[in-house]
Amino acid sequence: MTINRRTPGKRIASFVRDWSLPRQLAGEPSKSTAAKSTTSEKLQPRLKLADKVGTSICPYCAVGCAQLIYARNGKVIHVEGDPRSPVNGGRLCPKGAATMGLLNNPERLTTVKYRRPHATDWEEVPLDWAMERIARLTKQTRDETFVEKLADGTVVNHTLGIGVLGGATLDNEENYLMKKVFGGGLGVVAIENQARP
Amino acid sequence: MTEAWDTAKPWISKSAGMIEGSLHPRVLDYTDSFIDEVIPNESELTAGVTIEPGKSYGFFTDTTLCIGCKACEVACKEWNQLPAEEQGMSGMSYDNTRGLSSSTWRHVTFVEKVDREHTDDMQPFQSNWLMMSDVCKHCANAPCLEACPTGALFRTEFDTVVVQQDICNGCGYCVPACPFGVVDLDMSDGKAHKCTLCYDRLKGGLEPACAKSCPTDSIQFGEWDDLYERAQERVEDLHERGATNAYLYGTPGAPGATGGLERLQAFFLLSDRPEVYGLPAAPTRPSRRVAPALGTGLATAASLALAAIFLFSGKRR
Amino acid sequence: MSQWDLVNSDVILVMGSNMAENHPIAFRFVVEAKQRGATIIHVDPRFTRTSALADIYAPIRSGTDIAFLGGIVRYLLENDLWFREYALPYTNLSTIIEDGFQAPEEFDGLFSGWDEEKHSYKMDSWQYEGMVVPTANADHSVEVSDPEKKHEMTKRPPRRDETLQDPNCVYQIMRRRFAAYTPEMVERVTGCPKESFVKIAEAMAKNSGRERTGAVCYALGWTHHTTGSQMIRAATIMQGLLGNMGRPGGGVLALRGHCSIQGSTDIPTLYEMLPTYLAQPKAAKHPTLETYLEEETVPTGWWTNLPKYMVSLLKAWYGEHATKENEFGYQWLPKIVGDHSQFPMTFAMTDGFMRGMFVIGQNTVVGGMNAKLVQKGLAGLDWLVVRDSHEVETATFWKKGTLISEGEMKPEDIATEIFLMPASLPGEKAGTFTNTQRLVQWHDKVVDGPGDSRSDLSFVFHLARRLKELYAESTEKRDEPIRKLTLDYPVIGPLEDPDSEAVLQEINGYTTADRKLVSGFKALKDDGSTACGGWAYSGLFPEEGKNLTRSRKADGPDGNGAHHGWAFAWPSNRRTLYNRASADPEGKPWSERKKMIWWDEAEGKWTGLDIPDYVEDKAPGYRPDWSKEQTGMDAISGSDPFIMMPDGRMALFTPAGLKDGPLPAHYEPVETPAKNAFYKAQSNPAAKRFHRKGNALHEVADKQYPYALTTYRLTEHHTAGAPTRGVPTTAELQPESFAEIPPELAEKLGVRTLDWVVLSTKRGEVETRAMVTERLRPLTIDGSTVYEIGMPWHFGWAGYATGDIANILTSIVADPNVSMHEAKALTCNLRKGRLRRHHEGVEA
Repeated sequence: MTINRRTPGKRIASFVRDWSLPRQLAGEPSKSTAAKSTTSEKLQPRLKLADKVGTSICPYCAVGCAQLIYARNGKVIHVEGDPRSPVNGGRLCPKGAATMGLLNNPERLTTVKYRRPHATDWEEVPLDWAMERIARLTKQTRDETFVEKLADGTVVNHTLGIGVLGGATLDNEENYLMKKVFGGGLGVVAIENQARP
Repeated sequence: MTEAWDTAKPWISKSAGMIEGSLHPRVLDYTDSFIDEVIPNESELTAGVTIEPGKSYGFFTDTTLCIGCKACEVACKEWNQLPAEEQGMSGMSYDNTRGLSSSTWRHVTFVEKVDREHTDDMQPFQSNWLMMSDVCKHCANAPCLEACPTGALFRTEFDTVVVQQDICNGCGYCVPACPFGVVDLDMSDGKAHKCTLCYDRLKGGLEPACAKSCPTDSIQFGEWDDLYERAQERVEDLHERGATNAYLYGTPGAPGATGGLERLQAFFLLSDRPEVYGLPAAPTRPSRRVAPALGTGLATAASLALAAIFLFSGKRR
Repeated sequence: MSQWDLVNSDVILVMGSNMAENHPIAFRFVVEAKQRGATIIHVDPRFTRTSALADIYAPIRSGTDIAFLGGIVRYLLENDLWFREYALPYTNLSTIIEDGFQAPEEFDGLFSGWDEEKHSYKMDSWQYEGMVVPTANADHSVEVSDPEKKHEMTKRPPRRDETLQDPNCVYQIMRRRFAAYTPEMVERVTGCPKESFVKIAEAMAKNSGRERTGAVCYALGWTHHTTGSQMIRAATIMQGLLGNMGRPGGGVLALRGHCSIQGSTDIPTLYEMLPTYLAQPKAAKHPTLETYLEEETVPTGWWTNLPKYMVSLLKAWYGEHATKENEFGYQWLPKIVGDHSQFPMTFAMTDGFMRGMFVIGQNTVVGGMNAKLVQKGLAGLDWLVVRDSHEVETATFWKKGTLISEGEMKPEDIATEIFLMPASLPGEKAGTFTNTQRLVQWHDKVVDGPGDSRSDLSFVFHLARRLKELYAESTEKRDEPIRKLTLDYPVIGPLEDPDSEAVLQEINGYTTADRKLVSGFKALKDDGSTACGGWAYSGLFPEEGKNLTRSRKADGPDGNGAHHGWAFAWPSNRRTLYNRASADPEGKPWSERKKMIWWDEAEGKWTGLDIPDYVEDKAPGYRPDWSKEQTGMDAISGSDPFIMMPDGRMALFTPAGLKDGPLPAHYEPVETPAKNAFYKAQSNPAAKRFHRKGNALHEVADKQYPYALTTYRLTEHHTAGAPTRGVPTTAELQPESFAEIPPELAEKLGVRTLDWVVLSTKRGEVETRAMVTERLRPLTIDGSTVYEIGMPWHFGWAGYATGDIANILTSIVADPNVSMHEAKALTCNLRKGRLRRHHEGVEA
């Protein structure tokens, strides 16, 4: 939405410029070229304004449609199907077609929200503080619940006190690092994603 | 190479082979992940069409291919930055946007008519649950355009009908003039709004957003003559396959192109009566209630327009 | 199969999937196949947008797919309509099974080997005569008295009877097994009219052979059952008999629901697996690396290479600290002691056993089974980290959740410390997704995420960095794994984002001496000289600067249409698995129309339109010399296409790998309005059941819960809904939750469209809008009328499109093989009206 703040003088100037009568008198068809306004004359698709165009893959289902993300000054100005992909050939379903709406959604989270035990509302906290607090909680819970051997002497080297959920919407690299760090590094076994539920 | 390229069905090539090639040869010109700019004449890749001013373009919406996914509705709103509305569930099958309006320029109608006894022998392509993506028809003899006193509505160089927002004064004459109930005044800015057939995209060599997005190519964009030829072949093909109820709506001499409308730039292939889809069987052009062309009514129109500029131009648009 | 290969199908059976709605872009290939003359079939409890485009739609009661597919198998066998030239040499139809094998019809609905006490099968009687057929992946390992008998497979081929007369050959077992699955029985159990069923069986049969192929597309409609694995097996058996595997237009296409759900299965955030299908060590089975490798390595077929893959993985994770002397760090890997999947996690939380949790891009409060119990679990945690792009239900259960709205708890009662962290989305981070056809596709980073948004890669990396610091001084043995773990990824920019290409390179693998990228998994070694994070993905980054997942060179009209230049399909960029089967035993294409790869006698290698999924130079005429021991690929003859199987053949009868039987049998869903018409055993005897408070199950044909209920998705929303319910342009398309009800039932209950109705189970109640529709129909099951109701499960309280959570209704029960729940088939009650909480003005 833009606010039109033109002065009366400019409005009159624009009217005179866009008024089709002179062009009609000059012989142009009254319902087409003669009627064309300045905005119509200058119109171009906003994709032309992009200063960066990259290829993405749709964040929704597993069909794997390719998308072109058009950005200007670090902001996404549009997302549409990549015509080069053999999967979708430029097409997108209703969800994929709303990818710009997803990325630019004003409802997106932008800060870390923190809820203290028993609190009735969120508070905002710095990212760095949250990272440190999470690292310490992770260590504490791991240390308190880590089991090296079962009662019968069987070596397990694991913790059942921490769970990790999620992954099906994440990158392979992210899943890899999650399994490596939480599993191979911390001994968490309860690592699961949407592949089951 | 291009001989093997079937513009009617962009994913198919006519070349022989096990798995046939599915993309336009020009895809090989852009093989980087980051590209410098929007692919020039992208519509060649997505619709097999090179868009040029002076030619006549339109939509052929083949309802028998429609899966009711509403990608067209979303692609349209995302491209044109149209607002969504919170209206709740309509109870009309899967249709919750309810109809074309100033903020909904593509609308998918759903009609349930399941013949439970015969679902193991259905006619090919869509049947039993009809779905149709409706849109402005961009009439050849567009009554809205005739009715417009300001020249806001005009016929573009692509033979489509567009409301120029910088001209429109919201007089509303176009609204009752439209025999399809397409043109609508928006409460927020008081102006008339409807599908532009993505006028800006056409200028940039891009296929309209709805047609580009359509998963099954139920919505096809192209030069009108090509679309018409393709549509006639499609009807023949459907008849041969046993879908004898398929017919065109909005082509010369067909339902929908009645009453002096001549032809619709956006026409349809239907498999049931027009009314079933909410389309008028025999739309007509209204009599020349408003004829503001050069000569009669010119002065009135000019003064109306001028007044409107002051009345509305300060509002949000 | 590639999705685009569907255009080459002559018949497409969509079953257990609502493909047009949930995979619209994949469905375009079905529409194109139709244009080319294919027959499109949809079998589903509901007439959906997929059905509308089909030639044949057949209704079926939820959870009875094995009865239906078993019916097709019987139809093919009894009418001799199977593709003999393919199925006889390429499947184990002729293989002789141990004499003691018994199937459910002979044995109270159970297969032989049932151990009532352990609630599981002993699989001795399921084996090939005189030998044990092993399988890689411990969770599915073959449970037999003498596992050493797997080495018999290196000494001789399994005994076969090519005349198919031996009563113990798979063919004869299958005929007996499916004899009861007559069209009449199919109708009685599934509710599908037998005429419709026969039409479908005929359409499948007609489109089989040298010149024709057919495909099956399925999705969660098959997996969300306690018999899900066997449903898919039943379809695979049908496809094997019809000669539809490894061929153009043939196959079984799993249509998966999330952008990288395939990737997160391959490189699993799953408890029982290590990257690319290596078993997570089991405490009891795998005390040492040596025992692990001995247990897991299959002596014949491709899996003989497993030690190379496992050792390379350990090298990738523990780097120089992984040495031959310390079992390459094997003991640092945590060992599993049971089922640690999501359902046991729910109970571990409610029990206070699990104390901290990371939820990264998953909305488990909406998507998890028994959603109220899930919320109780979260409320029992000490701490919870939720990473998402939006304020999802999982992060706000403590103030807006079911426990609060139903008055069971107040926010003040909940002690959980909660972090909700903004996460970047694709376009704001670079990396790869693996799509449903195994295509690993790179997505670029084009912009930064908003505010403090970070990629999950960045989160895990920086968390690990901090933890390494916290553990830096420790001398405890238990802390070695985090201290020894490799984490040397370069970081980019002021936000110090780890370089995802470096992680991808680690997945690809490299030589440990000079860190040179390996060209593929054939280069991997078991001596510690190579490191590889995911062997099956190896080859996607074969050299510096050559990230094949980022390749954007699709075929133009002159290409062969396999699009080898577009992204990378694991393994080795092969687009169709087991494509050796696209040629006949002599190596010639079955037909010109259906050619894919073939043996080039002059060149002495396989060639064609795809990269051969085979040993490149193994001639069709190759036969193992059984006068001496044969291992690995040497034990597989040149006419056996299925290289991952120990005998090189497709297992119609599965001696190993499944916990609930070597062949499918129809069992009713755990909650069902019907008695099992086939067997005394009512439901899957091996199904995982959890007898827990808050998870009560209904009786069979429970009068209090008389209706069948299925849950499903809509094209307009995405799974647990958070993104699409929060974006206006998608939210307005399906703005409220609803339940689909057949008119006959609606009339009985006085319900009309848009009325409020309450659905209830023993787990909970939800209210929603009614949508009365002819698209659902009453089914006659065993002489009685069964009404089936459907409810989309996308909704919750967040966003613009809202509604009660359907998973409040579902229970926690699971398929024994994969711990998958049964949200597609349960029972419920339905009444007109609303829930009290809303009348009382409690915000929900």
